[in-house]
Amino acid sequence: MNTKIWNRANALAAVAFAACSLISAGAIAQTVKLGVVLPYTGVGAEFGQQVDRGMQMFMKLNPAAFGPYKIEIIKRDSKNPSGAEAKVAVQELVAQEKVDLLTGFIYSPDAIASASLATEAKRPMVIMNAGTAWITTLSPMISRVSFSMWHAGHAMGEAAVKIVKAKTAVVGYTDFPPGKDSLDAFKRGFEANGGKVIDEIPMGGPGQVPDFTPFFQRAKDKKPDVFFVFVPAGDHAIGVMKTYGALGMRAAGIKLIGPGDITQDIKLQAMGDNAVGLITMHHYNADLANPVNKRLVEAWKKEYGPASTPDFMGVQGYDGMAAIAHVVTTLKGKIDPDAAINALRGWKYDSPRGPISIDPRTRDIVMNEYLSEIVKKDGRLYQKNIGVITAVKDMCKELGEGRCKQ
Amino acid sequence: MIAATELARRHRLRWWEALPWIASLACFFAFPNYLAFGTQVLITILFALSLDLVLGYAGIVTLGHAAFFGAGAYTVGMMAMHWGWNEPISGLIAAALVAGAIGLASGLVLLRTHGLALLMLTLCTMALLEQAANMGAAWTGGFDGMPGLSFSKILGLFGFDVLYYRSQYLYALAVLFACFAIVRTLVYSSFGQSLTGIRENLLRMHAVGAPVRVRQVLAYTVSAALAGVAGALFTQANGYVNLAVLSLERSAGVMIVLILGGYGRLYGAFVGAIAYMLLEHVLAKAYPTAWQLGLGITLIVVALFARNGVIGIFDSLRRRIERSAR
Amino acid sequence: MVLFIVSVGLSVTMGLMGFVNLAHGGFAMLGGYAIVLSMKHWGLPFPAALAFGFFAVAAVSVVLERLLYAPLYRATELDQVLLTIGLVFTMIATLTLSVGPETQTVELPEWLRGQTDLGFIEYRTYSLALIVAGTALMIALWFGFERTRIGARIRAAVDNRRMAQSMGVDVGRLFTLTFALGSGLAAIGGGLGAEILGLDPQYPFRYLAYFLIVVAVGGLGRISGVFFAAILIGVLDFVLKIYFPKGGTLFIYALTLILLLARPHGLFGKKGTS
Repeated sequence: MNTKIWNRANALAAVAFAACSLISAGAIAQTVKLGVVLPYTGVGAEFGQQVDRGMQMFMKLNPAAFGPYKIEIIKRDSKNPSGAEAKVAVQELVAQEKVDLLTGFIYSPDAIASASLATEAKRPMVIMNAGTAWITTLSPMISRVSFSMWHAGHAMGEAAVKIVKAKTAVVGYTDFPPGKDSLDAFKRGFEANGGKVIDEIPMGGPGQVPDFTPFFQRAKDKKPDVFFVFVPAGDHAIGVMKTYGALGMRAAGIKLIGPGDITQDIKLQAMGDNAVGLITMHHYNADLANPVNKRLVEAWKKEYGPASTPDFMGVQGYDGMAAIAHVVTTLKGKIDPDAAINALRGWKYDSPRGPISIDPRTRDIVMNEYLSEIVKKDGRLYQKNIGVITAVKDMCKELGEGRCKQ
Repeated sequence: MIAATELARRHRLRWWEALPWIASLACFFAFPNYLAFGTQVLITILFALSLDLVLGYAGIVTLGHAAFFGAGAYTVGMMAMHWGWNEPISGLIAAALVAGAIGLASGLVLLRTHGLALLMLTLCTMALLEQAANMGAAWTGGFDGMPGLSFSKILGLFGFDVLYYRSQYLYALAVLFACFAIVRTLVYSSFGQSLTGIRENLLRMHAVGAPVRVRQVLAYTVSAALAGVAGALFTQANGYVNLAVLSLERSAGVMIVLILGGYGRLYGAFVGAIAYMLLEHVLAKAYPTAWQLGLGITLIVVALFARNGVIGIFDSLRRRIERSAR
Repeated sequence: MVLFIVSVGLSVTMGLMGFVNLAHGGFAMLGGYAIVLSMKHWGLPFPAALAFGFFAVAAVSVVLERLLYAPLYRATELDQVLLTIGLVFTMIATLTLSVGPETQTVELPEWLRGQTDLGFIEYRTYSLALIVAGTALMIALWFGFERTRIGARIRAAVDNRRMAQSMGVDVGRLFTLTFALGSGLAAIGGGLGAEILGLDPQYPFRYLAYFLIVVAVGGLGRISGVFFAAILIGVLDFVLKIYFPKGGTLFIYALTLILLLARPHGLFGKKGTS
């Protein structure tokens, strides 16, 4: 009876495989194939959708960006962030679909696990989110258009002393690498400028949203000037805001600050009035006043409904496509891996987040960090810019911290 | 009496038992670009097989089997990362020993309970390990995992193939074959028979004076060691390990695979892993955002209309054919 | 307290009906969505939305129970696991496709926001409301099961199905009702808990372990047991997190481990219920 099962399994496989090879046989030689690895299901599905939309908006608003060259996009689901799923997806994109370039990668483990494949297969990999600082050191084929936790964390530490005028801080963070990165970065920036971190509170893992009340109660009891919080963008951030409001910490004179992950635009309106007065540092928010951004936001709302908005992940998808378009046109549609990475080094672009460039040395992004305060305007929450630090590099690699040492 | 002849009949090696192995080898040549996926399937088969030993044969329902998978995976990963010990086969043995030791220790304590309590206890044991691995992030790499692990050549001959997974596939297949041989022998030995006895009628086994607890713990330990080997293979094949190896998702996933295939049947693990993963893979490729719908419906249909999984469908088919032939 | 409200429904279906229902969190999620969306689109006030969620999910669960669960009442636990996991996958995919993967948020009415001064301690108003609601629910359920005719029938049907049937109890219909009640309770839990636990398509898997732990510690089918277990776990978790945040969720699991080893039938379980 097992014969039957095997035959059936093989028949199924054969049909599936035949279907795939038909698709690849249909492609024309001049087309550039782009493999996109994003979480379309599971915990990151919402972020996958946001980046995917950002990529589509770039194509829509810049129809001429790829010149005469055609681009074929092949999407794969990286499912949950185990690394292995993404790695298999990348392996198949390379081995079966023969893609020229790889992009996507929301979660750091996915990018980290796939790095060795990018090196081995020599496929340039444009990272659209994964924020663990040392990822770019894993492979010469990796370039990042998103951010590292150090960008906002370090800048916030500096601004907390200079602009917010804080002397003491408590740090609460979700207990996984981006959280710890954020803690380290903030601490470096804050204490280098004369501040003092008086307590560090790990607040559960990224897998589930905890009840934040006990952690916030502890922070409140320490009476710091500011409470710096890092949690993953998404549900965690809403929980943070609600707990902050419910515990009356503002009335107790404790300002809530953090990287812009906690004020992700798609979650902002849901946070309610509790968020007013919150100060964050980030490389993008949908209320930035530059013309490129205004055009994007307007087109986005037209496409996906007035309640939707691009956020930093969407813009990273947008800029990632811009980077890929730059590579494709520079190399005239023929992707040589080393030439592609060299084309990205020093690339400059006028993004919705202002001027950005790729650091020729680290292949990581250089961009502005905006300090903004949440205010209420016309019945909605609005991010008012109160300061900017220009051309910020990934401070982890600049300072040579831990694994960032090259 | 009927049961005894049935068992004796099953015990014989039959010609079709060679087919899965021939087919796996054939896949190696037929689909050279699909071996990364194939390797994951082989690892899942091994993992499901280890679960079958406790769930299908000893009747121990556990939701924490990923604990042993993870223990094996981290053993190999940490040995390579911190001590530079990257010889693969000794790594497998070390993983089996560590996972087996954890299985023995936890089995001695936990197997006094059964039912929901046992389910939750196994789950908690796994969750404790996961938390420990997260807290010891300096050692384990935590959520971000251990990047760029590399292992030396298998038997000093075959290097790991990062891009096409050729050597990993054959390596996993060979390990699976060896482990399968162990499980098969075990299941058809008197030890295996007494396990089935425990599952079918606990009171009677007590009455005939069989050392029930000892046998259960032993089965649990062997199963844990095998799961550890599967985990070690996972780390070696992917050159990467992170906290996801210790998740409830992995525990529950392998249980679903086994139930889908048919438990207590040795080949249920094969059928289940192949059916589940192929379905998921093909659907996810075609509909990256909607594949869970198709998978969910399939599971519901199998649960409603098949007793004991896909292999059960073939069983009842065979019986029907035999009856009509008579 | 949220844990209690969701888990009590699970205790009802799993403990009383003896069905391994891993899709319970799925019903909680459906309820949460029904509640949140009805508030958003039809402008229902919060309490009315809760009632709507309860009945909507109870109705859906009746259909599912007749179609899917009933044929498997006598099947093995493992087949039940397969069915309910399949159901969860289907629910997740359906919601992702129809509503979208994003998180849904509850707009609480004004009187449930902020802090309340209890004289000796300031406490989050919403948490207080939950405690009141949970206690009321617990009393109502206890009364329903222990002191009414239907409750007695359900207990009889669980203890000895055949006997109950021969005494003229329509066990099938009784089970359908019980299941609807359990799922409806899950729905209310999902709606009330959305403020604290969040609500998105991953909900059923994310909190599955927690729900199961509470039920296991409380003892299957023991409503008061689940109540006290939820409080015990909730309070200990809270206190330990304030003083030893490094430990994270380690405590909850360690605690359950110890409790279950000492009392395999749960804190308040009868011998032989599991």
